[in-house]
Amino acid sequence: MTQATEKNLLDVSDLHVAYGKVEALTGIDLTLKEGKLVTVIGPNGAGKTTLLSAIMGILPSKGTIHFNGQDFICPNVETLVGHGLGLVPEKRELFSTMTVQDNLLLGAFQRYRRGDKSYNQTLNEIYELFPRLWERRQQQAGTLSGGERQMLAIGRAMMSKPKLLMLDEPSLGLAPLITREIFRIFTDLRSQGVSILLVEQNARAALKVADYAYVLEGGQVAMQGPASELANDPKVIEAYLGLASKHQELLSS
Amino acid sequence: MNFQIATLLGQDGLTNGAIYALLALSILLVFTVTRILLIPLGEFVTFGALTMAAMQMGKTPKLEWLLLGLVLIDCALDVYQQIKRHIDRNKMKMIALKLGYAVIIIALLNNLSLSEIPMIAQIALTLCLIVPIGPIIYRLFFQPLADAPALVLLIVSIALHVTMVGVGLLLFGPEGARTQPFSDTGFRLGAVMLKSQTLWVILVSIFLIVALFIAFERTLYGKALRATAVNRMGARLQGISPIFAGKATFALAAFIGSASGILIAPITTLYYDSGFIISLKGFVGAIIGGLVSYPIAAIGAVAVGMIEAFSIFWASNYKEIIVFTLIIPFLIWRSMNSHNVEDDE
Ligand SMILES: Nc1ncnc2c1ncn2[C@@H]1O[C@H](COP(=O)(O)OP(=O)(O)OP(=O)(O)O)[C@@H](O)[C@H]1O
Ligand SMILES: [Mg+2]
Repeated sequence: MTQATEKNLLDVSDLHVAYGKVEALTGIDLTLKEGKLVTVIGPNGAGKTTLLSAIMGILPSKGTIHFNGQDFICPNVETLVGHGLGLVPEKRELFSTMTVQDNLLLGAFQRYRRGDKSYNQTLNEIYELFPRLWERRQQQAGTLSGGERQMLAIGRAMMSKPKLLMLDEPSLGLAPLITREIFRIFTDLRSQGVSILLVEQNARAALKVADYAYVLEGGQVAMQGPASELANDPKVIEAYLGLASKHQELLSS
Repeated sequence: MNFQIATLLGQDGLTNGAIYALLALSILLVFTVTRILLIPLGEFVTFGALTMAAMQMGKTPKLEWLLLGLVLIDCALDVYQQIKRHIDRNKMKMIALKLGYAVIIIALLNNLSLSEIPMIAQIALTLCLIVPIGPIIYRLFFQPLADAPALVLLIVSIALHVTMVGVGLLLFGPEGARTQPFSDTGFRLGAVMLKSQTLWVILVSIFLIVALFIAFERTLYGKALRATAVNRMGARLQGISPIFAGKATFALAAFIGSASGILIAPITTLYYDSGFIISLKGFVGAIIGGLVSYPIAAIGAVAVGMIEAFSIFWASNYKEIIVFTLIIPFLIWRSMNSHNVEDDE
């Protein structure tokens, strides 16, 4: 079992992404071991969303992406979804004119296609996790509140039972209590064996739940290490963790 | 105009309107899912009608060569791509299946005495011959352009329409054709005789519309197509490939187009180039629905059929003009009401 958990589920090496002539990522190396929760933090515009998009095959990239025992060179999104990669994108990309329930069911499209009939059970699990979605299951996704939309996006991604779930700022716009709830769900998921790659602005919370962390700056990995070590690193505290309190001091003075 | 004439015209209007409604729905379906305005839809109508007519005259429909040619090009491209990347056994099996299908259909067409088999078999063969052409056309001409701007897609669509009219002339010749009605009986409704084919058209259209509705509301595959129309990236992230969606909608459009052709062939004489005007009227219906609303498009299309029928009575020379002028107030109204729906998440 130890051997299995030590397997690299995701292995990204020397990843380059450019928007036209502007390079947004310049040589990223990142690994994620099976069953781990890895977080990527960094300032606005560091390239976190770009990184997730490139891994997912939404953006063309240079470099190699090794996922679940296979090499993918510029793969397409659908293939990766079929291999067990899931993404909650920054823009959420919900089906706004369809009901909450349809949105969730469509998350299981690949499973349905493969003939896996157990998706209804997953649906119930997700309703248990987010009772709000159950209450609103016949409502159009476009009319949900911001926080409900986040829950729907996360729930929809979980419907495909991905091996690796990538989340782009899942706590954006959520009330503190729900944020805590969502982070708890991530630790639960990890204990069920789902690996997670988490991009977060809420660095403090992310470092608390993560096993390993990367700090991205200007399209490069500026720092990396076990999350607990980074959480105590003076540079990280200065730049990401202390920021909020310092900011508040400034505001109140 | 007396009551009897009015019911006769109403009957014609309803029959045509039902067909326009079917075409409007497929134009809308293809447009929302793929952003392509399917101008060649009318050619599927004529292909369907003329293939039926050829069979009933005991001729082997030459359309088989089009199917064979397209399948061969399609498979050749598949093989080329396999060699370029890596060989996938499942894909190879698919290629073999496609070739086998084409061969079986052609063998059936050449060995059955087509004019003697029951009409239902003729219909089935016609559909089996034409429906696969839809997805292959998508794959050959539109799939490589998936990210192209809508204007490019429109130009390709027009080119395809012109080409298919030419192919129609080549394969079916310039003569018009009509087929036998599905059944010979007529119905009496009060003082009016209803042609049985009229009933067939209306019933089958309603059946197809309801079936489409159920498929899109109730099945996950139908929902997946709708999802692609609503949010393409969102759909891709659930593993719903736009290629799959494109091929599926083109297959549906080819099916509805050729089925419409089969339905109206006993009522109107169709020529190789009659399809365009017919699908254009479906298109007017789709425009009335703003290219988004299915029910409004269907109602609009039925209205087009009605207006057409009654304008034959009052001003038959101007009937096309009247029908197509209809589009103008709707376009003005639409453009005044439209607000840019750019990206809703
Ligand atoms: N489509 C695009 N065209 C050009 N430049 C882009 C595009 N998308 C992103 N960029 C640029 O690439 C850089 C990285 O963007 P990215 O969205 O990955 O940042 P991020 O780390 O996710 O930031 P945030 O924390 O604000 O979400 C930014 O400078 C951004 O302006
Ligand atoms: Mg971002």
